Amino acid sequence: MSGREFLSGNDAFAIGVCLARPRVISAYPITPQTVVVERLSEMAENGSLDVDFIHVESEHSALSCAIGASAAGVRTFTATSSQGLLYMAECLPYASGGRFPIVMMNANRSIALPWNIYGDQSDSLSQLASGWIQAYAQDAQEALDLALMSFYIAEHPKVSTPYMVNLDGFHLTHTYEVVDIPDDSLADEFLPPYRTDAGIDFNAPKNMAFSAGPGHNAAFKYRQHAAMLRVRDVVTEAEARFAGIFGRRYSGLTEAYMTGDADYIIVTLGAVSGLCRDAADALRARGVKAGVLRIRYMRPFPGDEIARELRGAKAAAVLEKDISVGNAGAVFTETAGVTDTPLSNYIGGLGGEDIAEADILEIFDDLRAGRGGVRFLGIKERIDEESR
Amino acid sequence: MKNLDKNEYFFGHKACAGCGGALAVRIALKTLGERAVAVLPAGCMSAVGFNFPQLAFANNAIISTFAGTASMLTGIVSGLRARGETGFTAVGFAGDGGTADIGIQALSGAIDRNDDILYICYDNEAYMNTGVQKSSLTPFGARTTTTPAGDRIRGNIREKKRMFEIVAAHGISYAATASVGYLRDYVEKIRKAAAVRGAKYIHVLAPCPTGWGTGADETVELAAEAVDCGLFPLREFSDGKFRVTIRRTPNAGAIRAHLARQGRFRHLTEEDIEHVISLTAARSNHL
Ligand SMILES: Cc1ncc(C[n+]2csc(CCOP(=O)(O)OP(=O)(O)O)c2C)c(N)n1
Ligand code: SF4
Ligand SMILES: [Mg+2]
Repeated sequence: MSGREFLSGNDAFAIGVCLARPRVISAYPITPQTVVVERLSEMAENGSLDVDFIHVESEHSALSCAIGASAAGVRTFTATSSQGLLYMAECLPYASGGRFPIVMMNANRSIALPWNIYGDQSDSLSQLASGWIQAYAQDAQEALDLALMSFYIAEHPKVSTPYMVNLDGFHLTHTYEVVDIPDDSLADEFLPPYRTDAGIDFNAPKNMAFSAGPGHNAAFKYRQHAAMLRVRDVVTEAEARFAGIFGRRYSGLTEAYMTGDADYIIVTLGAVSGLCRDAADALRARGVKAGVLRIRYMRPFPGDEIARELRGAKAAAVLEKDISVGNAGAVFTETAGVTDTPLSNYIGGLGGEDIAEADILEIFDDLRAGRGGVRFLGIKERIDEESR
Repeated sequence: MKNLDKNEYFFGHKACAGCGGALAVRIALKTLGERAVAVLPAGCMSAVGFNFPQLAFANNAIISTFAGTASMLTGIVSGLRARGETGFTAVGFAGDGGTADIGIQALSGAIDRNDDILYICYDNEAYMNTGVQKSSLTPFGARTTTTPAGDRIRGNIREKKRMFEIVAAHGISYAATASVGYLRDYVEKIRKAAAVRGAKYIHVLAPCPTGWGTGADETVELAAEAVDCGLFPLREFSDGKFRVTIRRTPNAGAIRAHLARQGRFRHLTEEDIEHVISLTAARSNHL
């Protein structure tokens, strides 16, 4: 492997996982993640990846099995989406509480009901409190690069926390673009084999994943929280190392686009960011100071970065593909907690609904007109009228 | 029994006096030795064994999710092999609820894949850890907190799920039933199982004084009696064939006496007891 290829997000991610050389993969198929498990199965079959691929009978077993493998101290990968992520939900805090540095790809997909196989971010955003690092890729190149970096960060001795890489279902998983594929030996240089003394040990046997009563529980949770907060520095370290080896640079927990002098900023995440930047360009050409802040990591939450980038703006909007029914989008709620800039919320792309550049321009128009609140893209009625 | 490992691997735990489950775990680990890696799901044995900082396993041991015993065993075997380890046994100890109810899917998956695991179900015939609720392995007539004995319904109205047959129907490499009342037979079966590569299942009857309403000193006797009166036949399945390892003809009087000793059956009417006797006879003929 290495060179440039025209790849879908799923294909690119599978190549990234292959370069990371996990020793155990356990997964269960679900659209739109299936291509990843198919590609990795092929790689296991043709010998390009030396891995034990366990085709489990459910997602609950996929993650439970991955926890077992990680407890044995080897690099472990799984992948899921939507209903599958919720089906394994019990195992998510289990993996993070046990500090098992498993990497999972989640193909962001809508959650039933209504049934829908298309992309939105309701699945992963419902699991923010599960203790997993959460990153959101915007394109296939970043997906591949995150596949490599995720293992480095998750397994870092200062972190030892599982890592969920999110790819927008179909918009990213099934969209083709030209991707740079790192050279195997450079990938090995970036990511050495995983070694830990925290695993099962026949010379020094361990009791693992135990109970901790009221007297001890908080101490474990506090340490887990502290490790998650250390991810910020380890991301910086990993990205510097990555840039040194591969020449591609990333910008930490967020990515700012013309936010420095911006009056109006859209805060968003995932594949829709590109469209938001196009809209900002169009507005800049008309003299409107527009900017975009892309959240790359939802956990740890980039509160400092968001506060810094939104400071001085007249208004900002969070555009996200989920709704915490009865309140607002989860990203909005968290963002509102760290900024004094007037903030509104746009819920869009639910169940794969298309978001057009015109929608983004309308959001900027609303910001300039001082409209606030929580709005659903494409729905004319206002919530306050509906709920009367 | 004399050549069992002298070392203890499960001690200092908080199980009730006379706990059959704790005995089943202790003896199995002494049989398997220090290279056993134990997986225990939610249930009494994990609840009494893993209270930080009072950790009761001398070998490597880990709690799994309630439903995840078999899948976690699979992952451990795969991970340890990838690390280059050999000569270990990944052994699960799950209760009747963790096995026949919530964990049956993961167990079925692991047997279907023929993963190299030893799964031991310690059957105390109810959800003991949460306060004696009915499981699908609670026997006919037993009073539990969710199958109370009243005038209309006298305890559990369903028979025990045929877990051993369900496991065998997968075409498993080795399966057996056992009883903590017949420890020599239990140890023998664990040894046989450990020597087989692939999925293995042992279903061991493990009385619970707290849930059964029996004395702490009666556990082993009761477990042996359940076999002797014909209620709990000791069997094996290997090479696609069933075998009875300790043959006992059901004995109506012995069944009566066995039921009468246990608080959970005290409410049974003559008609209920007759029903248990005829069920036992019918199942025995089937063997
Ligand atoms: C997913 C889930 N559901 C329910 C529980 C609560 N729970 C813990 S142990 C248990 C009963 C265990 O029964 P069994 O497997 O028979 O083991 P025993 O306690 O009898 O040894 C239950 C219902 C849980 N821990 N996890
Ligand atoms: S309740 Fe029963 S199974 Fe649980 S520890 Fe006590 S005796 Fe053992
Ligand atoms: Mg039980």
